[in-house]
Amino acid sequence: MILVWLIVIPLAAGVLAWVVGRGDSVWPRWTALAAMVLEFVLAVWLWVDSASGALATTKLPWLLHARYEWIPELGIGFSLAMDGLSLVLVVLSAFLGIVSVVCSWSEIEEQVGFFHFNLLATVAGIIGVFLATDLILFYFFWEIMLVPMYLLIRIWGHENRAYAAIKFFLFTQAGALAMLVAILALYFLHGQQTGTYTFDYFQLIGTTLNPAASMLIMLGFFAAFAVKLPAVPFHTWLPDAHTEAPTAGSVILAGLLLKTGGYGLIRFILPLFPGSAAAFANAGMALGVVGIIYGAILAFAQTDLKRLVAYTSISHLGFVLLGVFSFNGMALQGAVIQMVCHGISTGALFVLVGLLQERIHTRDLDQMGGLWSTVPRMGGMALVFALASLGLPGFGNFIGEFLVLMGTFHTNHWMAAVAAGGLVLACVYALWMMLRGFFGAATQERNISDLSAREMLVMAVMAAAIFWLGVFPQPTIDVTVPALDGVRKVARLAGEESRTPDVAKFQQLKTGLGRTTKPMQGPGENR
Amino acid sequence: MIDLLWLIPALPFAGFLVLILAGSRLPRIVVAVLGAGSVGFSAVVACLIGIEFISSPLVKTSFTRTVWTWMSFEGFSPSTSFCLDSLSLLMVLVVTVVGFLIHLYSVEFMADDDAYHRYFAYMNLFVTAMLVLVLADNLMLLYLGWEGVGLCSYLLIGFWYKDPVNARAAMKAFVMTRIGDTGMIVGLFLLYNSLGTLEIHELMVRAVRDWPVGSVMATVAAALLLCGALGKSAQLPLQTWLPDAMAGPTPVSALIHAATMVTAGVYLIARTHELFALAPAVQAAVAVIGVATLLVAGFSALAQQDLKRVLAYSTISQIGYMFLALGVGAWSAAMFHFAIHAFFKSLLFLGAGAIIMSTHHEQNMFRLGGLRTQLPVTFWTFLAGAASLAALPLITSGFYSKDAILWYAWSSEKGSVWLWLGGVAGALLTSIYTFRMVFLIFFGEARTKVYKRPGTAMLVPLIVLAVLSMVAGFIELPHTLGDVRLFSGYLGAVLPPVPIPPGQASLEGILGIVAAAVSVVGICLAYLLFLKVPQIADRAASTLAGRALHRLWLEGCGFDWLYQRLLVFPFVTIARINRSDFIDFFYQLAAFLAEGLHQGLSATQTGRTRHYAVGIGVGALIIIGMAVWL
Repeated sequence: MILVWLIVIPLAAGVLAWVVGRGDSVWPRWTALAAMVLEFVLAVWLWVDSASGALATTKLPWLLHARYEWIPELGIGFSLAMDGLSLVLVVLSAFLGIVSVVCSWSEIEEQVGFFHFNLLATVAGIIGVFLATDLILFYFFWEIMLVPMYLLIRIWGHENRAYAAIKFFLFTQAGALAMLVAILALYFLHGQQTGTYTFDYFQLIGTTLNPAASMLIMLGFFAAFAVKLPAVPFHTWLPDAHTEAPTAGSVILAGLLLKTGGYGLIRFILPLFPGSAAAFANAGMALGVVGIIYGAILAFAQTDLKRLVAYTSISHLGFVLLGVFSFNGMALQGAVIQMVCHGISTGALFVLVGLLQERIHTRDLDQMGGLWSTVPRMGGMALVFALASLGLPGFGNFIGEFLVLMGTFHTNHWMAAVAAGGLVLACVYALWMMLRGFFGAATQERNISDLSAREMLVMAVMAAAIFWLGVFPQPTIDVTVPALDGVRKVARLAGEESRTPDVAKFQQLKTGLGRTTKPMQGPGENR
Repeated sequence: MIDLLWLIPALPFAGFLVLILAGSRLPRIVVAVLGAGSVGFSAVVACLIGIEFISSPLVKTSFTRTVWTWMSFEGFSPSTSFCLDSLSLLMVLVVTVVGFLIHLYSVEFMADDDAYHRYFAYMNLFVTAMLVLVLADNLMLLYLGWEGVGLCSYLLIGFWYKDPVNARAAMKAFVMTRIGDTGMIVGLFLLYNSLGTLEIHELMVRAVRDWPVGSVMATVAAALLLCGALGKSAQLPLQTWLPDAMAGPTPVSALIHAATMVTAGVYLIARTHELFALAPAVQAAVAVIGVATLLVAGFSALAQQDLKRVLAYSTISQIGYMFLALGVGAWSAAMFHFAIHAFFKSLLFLGAGAIIMSTHHEQNMFRLGGLRTQLPVTFWTFLAGAASLAALPLITSGFYSKDAILWYAWSSEKGSVWLWLGGVAGALLTSIYTFRMVFLIFFGEARTKVYKRPGTAMLVPLIVLAVLSMVAGFIELPHTLGDVRLFSGYLGAVLPPVPIPPGQASLEGILGIVAAAVSVVGICLAYLLFLKVPQIADRAASTLAGRALHRLWLEGCGFDWLYQRLLVFPFVTIARINRSDFIDFFYQLAAFLAEGLHQGLSATQTGRTRHYAVGIGVGALIIIGMAVWL
């Protein structure tokens, strides 16, 4: 039941915020904040519980299940499940949910109630994506998070919001439709083979597919995830959407929405189609490396500060793609840490850009310069997250990138070596941002206030989180290890498989994965 | 006491935390006490631990203490462990003691600065990171310190950020060293992938066990680590950031860009010397790079007008000597020169700082002069440092440390006459440019006014360092002059001695005399050219070739010029051209086509029956045609 609550709380609070928000702008904020804090507390409680071993009776990866009938005739169930991976991402969602509510406090002044409804609905959709274990339900949540996000950009965005919103919608929808076709294909192939027509993730995992069909279906899923992640060349929606969205929208987009892509790769691509994924591995890694380098170069070239930060996401998420397709346990772990850390560090940079724009009414780097002397606290915080972003040891991002590269090096030396070049480029864009924005002589006299106590608190908490992940990454690793173990095993075997093709062994290991995740049955909850 | 090893880096870190979080609200005196005091305490602890360590049997091995495990899974478990052996103890002592003296000096030097607390916070963080670097027992933690010192260097070069020149110099330093660091981190991946650990001691054991001398893996791994060392230690071809790094406050240059951080590369190679010994090609490259660097930087130093830039090039050149020593396998000679260099070069920088402060920020040597009488203490201490740098025979430490390197460059199995000749030529250059500096600043006619004189907090470090620059060398004397081996004996547990082929030993005395003569000749030349008859130098510089050479040397032999055209400009241009991302163009094109199609089809919807009738007719014809002919 608790899994359902995780989705219902933000959704219900969103509706409530909308209702109380008619003619009032204070209550929606508090409602939303309370809901996100509750969500966060709940998620952290689950984490602590799982760490103490109370949730998992055995060493099985799944911590919680919830399954209800939905449309049994078609084999569609309302089934949710949580493992360490989803748990970490749910905690991140709730955390960034709080951040985005707080950072909108003074930025959003129109239709406050409806704004918070959309914000919370997006978060609910994202959490749903992280928990759904029925493919139709997954697709349903995938769409749920799209529409309110579209509205957030369309209504509360900046100058060019209409263009950005429609572009965001079209790209994501195109990917999602490819995934829908792939889901249906998988459903029918599975049904033909076994006689049971179901969308249940755990049953579909055992499906035997011929390589061609498997590759096609995998590419359908990959299309959706690659657009979301985003992988070059499907990334061009991102800078527009991130730049035009209101601050909270950018935080949610960069911090969470992109993670659904990475999550999808780990949750669906690797376990469902290990063979095709292994065959696709070199292409996937290459896409990752291209993203790392190309995104960083584009980021450096920007003059719009927010656009610069947006492009850094492409570079950072390239590491996730690389880590997933390098078929190495260490790299996979790194990819997960990278997702979490990118959510925090880039989210924080977007918040800072938003706060800056509120004050100086521009995002143009040419009009900034010398801001450190005017707003030193803001400068200090920008420096902290710029350093996190360039992967300085001591920050969580370093752990993610280091593990990804080290794991990748095991699989493919050259990919890792070229991707490491991204570390230099990250340094170039991050320091360039500091140089243009905060150092140098002030270009004009500005009478603006430094970070307020509320803003400073948000920044300090985010900074503490990114340090914690960098210095004590072990808790995060521990909670995700069992979840990744199954994937890791399949991935490792499939990785070897792709070098020495052997169909029989391959089938064996896939059914193996089905077994490790089998113990979920029966309706209701089994804690 | 030795269990308190963690306290050495923890003290300055605590200082950093307090200063960065609350420093702006503290009175200046408290900031000074916290900033300098934390490093001072750390130095005291280091000395106590050092005494205990040296007098215990541990000195033959090492002492390791784990603070916490950084992360651990799949057998990969780098921990936050500090390892003390004779090599790291040497580094710790230099870092904390010299670091403390420079902090003390800064208390007065930076007294008028608005961001007093920020300065000390960064300095404390630097000392912390440097200590982590030298105490780390695994390469991942070492890398943390490695990047940490790079960060502090960046922050302190750009400390006066309001001038964009400083901020750019800071960025240049960070990016250039990061290029080397990236090579290094790939080296870490390679080492872990092949040997299955990053723990340094274990790594060396396994490398020696698994890799034969000259194997490809060892060569590549050593070359990659060398990349990191080249960047950090400002050696060819990654040396151009260091002269620009002089944009930072002068004590920063003394601490970071002379005494400690820039020698991290030397430390790294010494620390992994087993690996470099397995890769003779790379080790030879280290020696050649060292010689090339010391010559290039030596010539560049000769033409500079800015006092601090002379010292910067001199630092690059002296680290070149250390690389030369490492390249011929004279590990402990390299570390000896490191320690002595830390004393005399930080002394010279601090002296330069005193001059610059006294004359209201005059750094051009040609506008200084005759300061001998006005700043006597500064003069005498500066002279001590300069003599040591120029390796004035017998009485200075610098002579003994440089003489050892030159001797091994000739006599070691890996040495050669050419390396020795390069080193001797560099020694000549060194004593010329050093005394050019001394004569221009302190002799001749006074060209500037002295506004204020350095006080006690600045003079004490100068005097202490001057004494060290003079006497510290006597702990290691060549065979011909007393044969004292305290230093190399002490490091012997970690760094093996240099194998000298038989029949060479008799040469040591002769080579020593040559080195001594070169130093004296250089000083005399400097006296002649820059004080006695400056017309000679002027005339030489005014010929066509002289002007070209002068320009080349002034620009640091044109590396910046080359990089600007070869790398920076193309990168920036391509990035700018592609600012709006050419990939988006294809999507725009798709959108444009869709819209065009839409408008084209909309246009057919005219509302006129005639048009529709024609459409129906044509359509019918086509369908009938298809039915008939297909």
